[in-house]
Amino acid sequence: MKRFARLLTELDETMRTNEKVDAMAAYFSTADPADAAWAVYFLSGGRPKRLIPVRRLAAWAMEEAGIPEWLFEDCYEAIGDLAETMSLLLPDAESTSDLPLHWWIEERVLPLAKQSEGAQRAVIVESWRELAGAERFIWNKLITGGFRVGVSQQLVVRALAKASGIDEGAIAHRLSGHWEPRPEAFAALLAAETGDADVSKPYPFYLAYAIEDELDDLGDPAEWQAEWKWDGIRAQVIRRNGQTFVWSRGEELVTDRFPEIASAAAFLPDGTVLDGEIMPWKNGAPLPFAQLQRRIGRKVLGAKILNEVPVVLIVYDLLELDGRDARGEPLSWRRERLDEVIAGARSTVLVPSPLIALSAWSGARDAHARAREMSAEGLMLKRRDGVYGVGRRKGGWWKWKVQPYTVDAVMIYAQAGHGRRASLHTDYTFAVWDDGKLVPFAKAYSGLTDAEIRELDGWIRRNTVEKFGPVRHVKPEHVFELGFEGIQASPRHKSGVAVRFPRILRWRTDKRAEDADTIATLRALMSQPS
Amino acid sequence: MDSKPQGLGAGVKGIGKLCGAPWARRLIWGCRKAFSSNRAEGATYRPENLRPDSVTTLLRLGDRGLYCEVGDFHIDPWQPVERAVITHAHGDHARWGSGTYLCSREGQGVLRTRLGTDASIQSVDWAEPVDINGVRVSLHPAGHILGSAQIRVEHRGEVWVASGDYKTDPDPTCTPFELVRCHTFITESTFGLPIYRWCPEWQVFDDIRAWWTANRHAGRASVLFGYALGKAQRLLAGLAGADIGPIYTHGAVERLNRDYRAAGVRLADTRYASDLPKGYDFSGSMIVAPPSAAGSTWLRRFGNVSTGFASGWMRIRGARRRRALDRGFVLSDHVDWPSLLAAVEGTGAQRVWVTHGTREPLVRWLTERGLEAMALRAQWKGEEDADPVEVAGEEIPA
Repeated sequence: MKRFARLLTELDETMRTNEKVDAMAAYFSTADPADAAWAVYFLSGGRPKRLIPVRRLAAWAMEEAGIPEWLFEDCYEAIGDLAETMSLLLPDAESTSDLPLHWWIEERVLPLAKQSEGAQRAVIVESWRELAGAERFIWNKLITGGFRVGVSQQLVVRALAKASGIDEGAIAHRLSGHWEPRPEAFAALLAAETGDADVSKPYPFYLAYAIEDELDDLGDPAEWQAEWKWDGIRAQVIRRNGQTFVWSRGEELVTDRFPEIASAAAFLPDGTVLDGEIMPWKNGAPLPFAQLQRRIGRKVLGAKILNEVPVVLIVYDLLELDGRDARGEPLSWRRERLDEVIAGARSTVLVPSPLIALSAWSGARDAHARAREMSAEGLMLKRRDGVYGVGRRKGGWWKWKVQPYTVDAVMIYAQAGHGRRASLHTDYTFAVWDDGKLVPFAKAYSGLTDAEIRELDGWIRRNTVEKFGPVRHVKPEHVFELGFEGIQASPRHKSGVAVRFPRILRWRTDKRAEDADTIATLRALMSQPS
Repeated sequence: MDSKPQGLGAGVKGIGKLCGAPWARRLIWGCRKAFSSNRAEGATYRPENLRPDSVTTLLRLGDRGLYCEVGDFHIDPWQPVERAVITHAHGDHARWGSGTYLCSREGQGVLRTRLGTDASIQSVDWAEPVDINGVRVSLHPAGHILGSAQIRVEHRGEVWVASGDYKTDPDPTCTPFELVRCHTFITESTFGLPIYRWCPEWQVFDDIRAWWTANRHAGRASVLFGYALGKAQRLLAGLAGADIGPIYTHGAVERLNRDYRAAGVRLADTRYASDLPKGYDFSGSMIVAPPSAAGSTWLRRFGNVSTGFASGWMRIRGARRRRALDRGFVLSDHVDWPSLLAAVEGTGAQRVWVTHGTREPLVRWLTERGLEAMALRAQWKGEEDADPVEVAGEEIPA
């Protein structure tokens, strides 16, 4: 545990990517595989299930620390992180132990699931007394299920590759999907022989960057392929050994959630992997994303919802053909084979992503202007001779999103952020006018500079009208231009509308609250094609 | 911390000797003036009227700061006044433009550096009483920075102590905090939450040395941020025996180092970084600079650096991460929660006014324990905010 705590401290103490990779690589090459397996699991975003309700944990911590509830809550508000609050409030450790990470997890954390409340409490309190500083903080993260480390999966892959000398692609491949934190799995992860691809394993998704340059700087349009950018769920469909697997970009196996795609994929030849977008689609046109969310939220899909929100897979790439990794082939070749494979499957659920003819860049500009009409988020531009990369890489794929919808709204509530922004008010609720009253319609967290956040934070503290727990009701004074991607009617919201991906575009210091938009403006946006 | 509390009325001697000084004569004259206008006569102390904005208390919060009506003087005023008694030289407590300033003898040098040569500054020894319009005023060490004082104010047997900023942990750069018994204690609460508990100073310096060593091996300079007055010198005193070689400083720090050395405080050897030629190789060295230098062009000369910040706020992970610093060292010149409670208890005060920092929790805590506690909206900075360095956009000692 000490060694793992030191690793996390090292990761926490540097902003430099290379140092983070070096620290992890050093850990992986020296740690016991049983510990390293858990480290890989946590570092790549694995989270243990929350086994004890946080209220109960907090109550035990208060009692140990001799602190009343109101004071505990004041402390929590100042920190914004429950595990850290408990760590700092508890009395200093009585003794320290140096049992390994896997012992703490396998002997202490996992058994909690089957213990009585009294036994759980005894274990937790004993652990608090045995662990100091960073280790106690990690322990609290383990039991609150809130374990998050500030490294991306890609960095973990790089570190593992560095520690083992194995190719990054192979590691990423082995690590994607379900990965069991067992010592054997860790050994397999770093095994020199890389031809072990599990039948279900997806390839790492290739991710596009937002376009930065002028279109003309991309060179000859004939070298590029243009497609619509769809607002659905990125997915990989795998057909191998007579089995089908559908993976979402969150590397979650979602085969059961999309039975129509799974059944269509059964007609694909063995050894085929498709990359595409799952879209709610009815009568030849997309449905709003919120409809798809209705499906995602359900464990059991009844006939009703399958009827109301059918899906298709807009297929845009072919990653594996006849059991062979095709990612190294040029896009033009992959696309031709893709069209053949899809045609062979004869399915209305597998739809090749329509190509937008590009004879000149002006054609792309015209298409971009029509994107909203097509219910697309914008355009994708892909190099015709490009390979299918690993992760987010610049150069081969660009996304060019349409301008968001915008509206001027008044900030009415503010709340402190979490983690890095714990003592600053960074979460805001915005409202528009409805018959002389302000109705809240969106929350936004991002879009301001640090200096603006600080300025606003000071203002919020001085202009709080009322406090409801951590939420401050502030004077309706400041106007912000909000951008969002989509809008639709929602009976669940007070304002009657729900917006998608709201964010702050600008602080409109030139406008007064009276100048903000009205609910009528929002309704008008809704009637536009979305 | 000196655990032996002084009794009420401690330090009576010395008043006669002081009356001969020209500034003291002025004070006594001012006293006559005050009495002739009969302002002090009607002041009676009725417990139900004891509110910060009440005119009947010995000290109250006026427009320009903490005010003593009977004595007609202010403590750490935030706007110019005729007569200011100063707890310490930090910018939020010692402001320009007042007629006369009274401070501790130990703090005179730094206050002079801060206020300039034109300011009329008088100083007194620790516990040496001064009569201001019939009010007995004396200064007692607060342990915050060089010369920092608690102001003891006594009138007709009523004793008030305004703590300014203080800490009870040992600090080689200033006289240790002295517990002064009083009826009303005006305390700061910069770190007025139980999450703030400090480690012993030696552990922090061990960490700083280990950080410097690792940076030196990596060929990097270590830039350690600390408030220019107080924290920077505490760091330099702590590193004095550490065999770190010449430590380079920012101008704001170096200016105050002179005052500290003149007051007899032993600091590590320092060199003013800007004295060195362009292109000088700073790799492996230690640099002490004020937090305002973070992200400035001044830092560029040091090449590849690791940054650290010594402050009580560094106890919270988010506070460090928000600043994009490599390291945070939890070293504060303010009391932590346990010491704050111990100090309040030690004064024996029944009434506690809580000024800047996280006030409400402390007020509630003390109220629940039977004290008459109240939050005071003083304009000393860092007020209300958990992280004033960031929010105010300027340096606040922490």
